[in-house]
Amino acid sequence: MTRFPDTSLVNLHNLKLDDACALLQHDAKNIEQEAGESDAAYLQRLIDGLCELSLRDPLTGLNNRRHFRSVLERSIDIVARSGESVLLLLLDIDRFKSINDGHGHLAGDQVLREIASCLAHCLRPMDTVARYGGEEFAIILPNCRPAFGLAVAERIRKSVAALSIPVSPLLSLKVTISIGGAYAPEWVRSTTDLWIERADKQLYRAKSEGRDQVCLDQPRELSVSAEEKGLLFGHLLMDESGIQENVPRDATSDEQSNAPKRENA
Amino acid sequence: MNDGLTPDVENKNTPKVPLKPLGKVLAVTSGKGGVGKTFVSANLAAALASRGHRVLVLDADLGLANLDVVLNLHPKVTLHDVFTGKAKLEDAILPAPGGFSVLLAGSGMVEYSRLTTEVRDEFLRIISSLVPRFDVVLMDTGAGISDVVLFAVSLASEVLMVATPEPTSLTDAYATIKVLVGQQQRQTVRLIVNQSTRSGSGQAITNQLQQVLDRFVATDPEHPIQLIHLGDIPVDPEVRQAIMRRQLMMQHTPDCPAGKAIAQLARTLERTVIPKPA
Ligand SMILES: Nc1ncnc2c1ncn2[C@@H]1O[C@H](COP(=O)(O)OP(=O)(O)OP(=O)(O)O)[C@@H](O)[C@H]1O
Ligand SMILES: [Mg+2]
Repeated sequence: MTRFPDTSLVNLHNLKLDDACALLQHDAKNIEQEAGESDAAYLQRLIDGLCELSLRDPLTGLNNRRHFRSVLERSIDIVARSGESVLLLLLDIDRFKSINDGHGHLAGDQVLREIASCLAHCLRPMDTVARYGGEEFAIILPNCRPAFGLAVAERIRKSVAALSIPVSPLLSLKVTISIGGAYAPEWVRSTTDLWIERADKQLYRAKSEGRDQVCLDQPRELSVSAEEKGLLFGHLLMDESGIQENVPRDATSDEQSNAPKRENA
Repeated sequence: MNDGLTPDVENKNTPKVPLKPLGKVLAVTSGKGGVGKTFVSANLAAALASRGHRVLVLDADLGLANLDVVLNLHPKVTLHDVFTGKAKLEDAILPAPGGFSVLLAGSGMVEYSRLTTEVRDEFLRIISSLVPRFDVVLMDTGAGISDVVLFAVSLASEVLMVATPEPTSLTDAYATIKVLVGQQQRQTVRLIVNQSTRSGSGQAITNQLQQVLDRFVATDPEHPIQLIHLGDIPVDPEVRQAIMRRQLMMQHTPDCPAGKAIAQLARTLERTVIPKPA
């Protein structure tokens, strides 16, 4: 502190902010210190901008892989204790190489951008969508019950398939995507690597079974069927209605008290 | 990489039972949370200790068991320090009110909940070295089927499943037993019905669960599943009051209904799974 007797904590000129400003300017950010903006506030704004940049994919504006990993880490910890259902989807554009080869890289970039914005529109604010790799995207859907997972993934697949993407004044392209998905194991502390691996396996399955489709890993079997529940609780229902209390529980009345139980089951 | 629980990797990771039946290690577990595992572990330990057994309670819920709260302990050394090499196991074993010993996890243990091979080995080493020093080791595990719970249970010679009579608790207990049978080839599970409101209902609940297990889970007659009713513990206001006073119920009001029920559980265990103390 004593080294900067100035009112400002640091001297902006000593910080060599040119690189940071260049990065932010490239991203269409205002990098000029505004009138009345204190040095500290200006610096904070630059730092915020850099943080944001470090989490975003420059081409599509989606979250990048780094941000995606940190959200996934957090999700898996929440699921371990809450048992909430969280679905991870991996999406891959079908035959993307032929788009690049046939129409050029600019067309490829345009396809990536259009799909990214389509995905962003398909989702709820709580969901996280990221560009995961070259032509791969990833989506984290918190609070997505297993019964709805397939419907959600199908809706995304169809939205992309319905796009008509203009890549030149005369040409629009149709593209499809394949989707693989897996739920975080409920109540289980697992690892993000394994979770991704399971989704990736399903993506591979979707690709090898002909593309333009969704394959989901079935959530871990902890289910109790309606039939099992019926058998488990037929007895409790009776218990509550007091039937058992009125029937003496000795050998002679056993037949009697068991008869309605079997019917219930 | 290989420490998670997708169906096809979990068999590699969760050792088939018996991994090595570790002396008298009893896992106190449940399907649903909050049914009374920690209450049962601490008070059953006191009941067994009063009958002359050397008992240790281990927080196998990695610091989430709140055993320190229930026992009103403020440990300086925990399992976490043993894991990080800061302390020796001996120094982490603390005397608890009620005449038994306790090994608390410490808050940092949650870090180890991603069960790598090293963490598993360290756990195994610690539990193996505890077994010869005690007649009974009670593991207070977390609820459900997290890999920590499944791992802890896989090390135990006996499983004490705690459930309340509510349908959600029974469904989760049933589902957990299914996993223990399917994944760990567990054939015997002992059921404690806690917070029961009507005497004798525990046996009926056990029979009911047994029937459904026979029909849906133990379909192979070569591998029957035996669900044994260990006992019931009634709902008792003393349980909550003891916690509020930060006292161990078994120590201060052993004659309340829940206390008597726990003493009965201890006698039943002595008759069936733990040898009488010398
Ligand atoms: N027999 C009983 N009568 C009355 N209340 C009870 C009884 N058993 C447990 N409780 C109440 O239930 C609460 C939860 O008990 P406990 O903390 O032992 O559950 P748990 O299964 O260990 O929970 P968790 O899954 O969070 O570890 C206790 O604080 C106590 O108030
Ligand atoms: Mg507990």
